[in-house]
Amino acid sequence: MIRTAITSLISGTLFGAGLALGGMTDPARVRGFLDIFGDWDPTLAFVMGGAVIVMAIAWRLVPRLAEPIFAGQFHLPTKSDLTPRLIGGAALFGIGWGIAGLCPGPGIAALVIEPAAAAIFVVAMLAGMAAVRLLEGTSS
Amino acid sequence: MTLPGFPEAAPLAGLVGGVLIGLAAAVMLLGLGRIAGVSGLAAKAVGLGGSGIASGGAWMFVIGLPLGALVVMLASGGIDATFASPITLAIAGLIVGIGTRLGSGCTSGHGVCGVSRLSARSIVATLTFMATGIATVAIMNSLGLEVL
Repeated sequence: MIRTAITSLISGTLFGAGLALGGMTDPARVRGFLDIFGDWDPTLAFVMGGAVIVMAIAWRLVPRLAEPIFAGQFHLPTKSDLTPRLIGGAALFGIGWGIAGLCPGPGIAALVIEPAAAAIFVVAMLAGMAAVRLLEGTSS
Repeated sequence: MTLPGFPEAAPLAGLVGGVLIGLAAAVMLLGLGRIAGVSGLAAKAVGLGGSGIASGGAWMFVIGLPLGALVVMLASGGIDATFASPITLAIAGLIVGIGTRLGSGCTSGHGVCGVSRLSARSIVATLTFMATGIATVAIMNSLGLEVL
């Protein structure tokens, strides 16, 4: 599906540019944002705010579309239950995010900024994902 | 542009970057009807589960991330970035990988797409990872473990 490929590439490229411009590819700045009890850097609050406002508008357009512009139907999350798995996973993710100041998007985008360091993070992240998959079988 | 009291902050660049991220997620949502969740798309690209998009599409999104950063880097003449030591990056990466799969998402899927949809799961996940992220940095700093 060439339209899927092109749309995904445009989205990913915009996303990577936004991460780099907003300072999210600088782990020191991300940790500065999380350091609310120390020398707090509020920049990422503006990143999150800008992204959430644009997406809040996009969500309002969804009900007006019978189907996505380049695809047959919407595939949106339907789960609504607050499980220990969700909360435990998010808690773990936050710990990893705080330790190195990187989450998945900036880790991958930083492959062109600091290739060796970013590659270590990304490979370890994929290993962690693979570990979850192995322990749970292929059901998830 | 600076923020009074926060000389290090870059609020305008942050806001513009955030709007670009929002547009990126909107392209995915309105164009393909899917959530732009990086952890799910990365997992899908390498065959570790994740969202139901074709893996070719997931790969294109993932390849776009460094491509977009490269464009900013070339246009701005360089991006400041200070990374932790290799061992710290490896430990953090492992925890992030496990946590995002168990928690069904990361900063993009939950923090941007889910919060803006007012999804209860995403709001709870985002508050949780913000809290543990803040606690982790506070504890590391108080122990003198400033890895950067």
